[in-house]
Amino acid sequence: MWAMSGWLTDRPIDVARLVAEVASAGAGGTVVFVGTVRRSEADGDVEAIEYSAYREMADAELGRIVDEARSQWPEARIALLHRTGLVPLGEASVAIATAAPHRAEAYAASRFLIEETKRRAPIWKKERLATGAARWVEGRPAGG
Amino acid sequence: MSGAAGRGPSPGDAIRVRIRLFAGYAEAAGRDALDVTLPAGAVAGDALALVRGQPWAARLPPSPAVAVNQRYAKPDAVLRDGDEVAIIPPVAGG
Repeated sequence: MWAMSGWLTDRPIDVARLVAEVASAGAGGTVVFVGTVRRSEADGDVEAIEYSAYREMADAELGRIVDEARSQWPEARIALLHRTGLVPLGEASVAIATAAPHRAEAYAASRFLIEETKRRAPIWKKERLATGAARWVEGRPAGG
Repeated sequence: MSGAAGRGPSPGDAIRVRIRLFAGYAEAAGRDALDVTLPAGAVAGDALALVRGQPWAARLPPSPAVAVNQRYAKPDAVLRDGDEVAIIPPVAGG
């Protein structure tokens, strides 16, 4: 069962389901973006990332971002999900599926959605290390 | 009588605002919300100034992002009784 509130979920993201949501007879191109939890050399022994959100505003702001994308690319169908809670290395933290009659719109909408989500969504992340320690990841000043 | 239930504040009354904190700010403050009273006509920047008076707030940047009722707002956004103001730490979603 999904535990979703609008655009957020505390369960693993089912990417195939997102793709199915935007499928239609008119879609010539479908683009899927999946953001995954990664570990860089500098990060050391990160095992998972804990995502937290200002839930009511994340829902509202992601809704506005999706509305803006729909307005710019009216023929695109859009599905977007962002995780909250603990996401292990290699798993999806965010997934965006866009489908449109032509691939140009699907790509453009997808790019817009991830860039705006990163810029505006009130979501934060804390690295959980193998040692059991945790540290906040430095974010970007929120643009909105 | 000013402030009677159901009629809302009259001009000159104080307003009640909830300030919400998140992530590193909530951790530093040891709490995730403060209920404050501000003068009528107060703006988002006034709520921010109240918070700056607290010891943990030394870590706040000069111009933190602020939201009023779940929308980004400028410091001069006028507040109303019952509004929710949030101080938004640098974001890390996506």
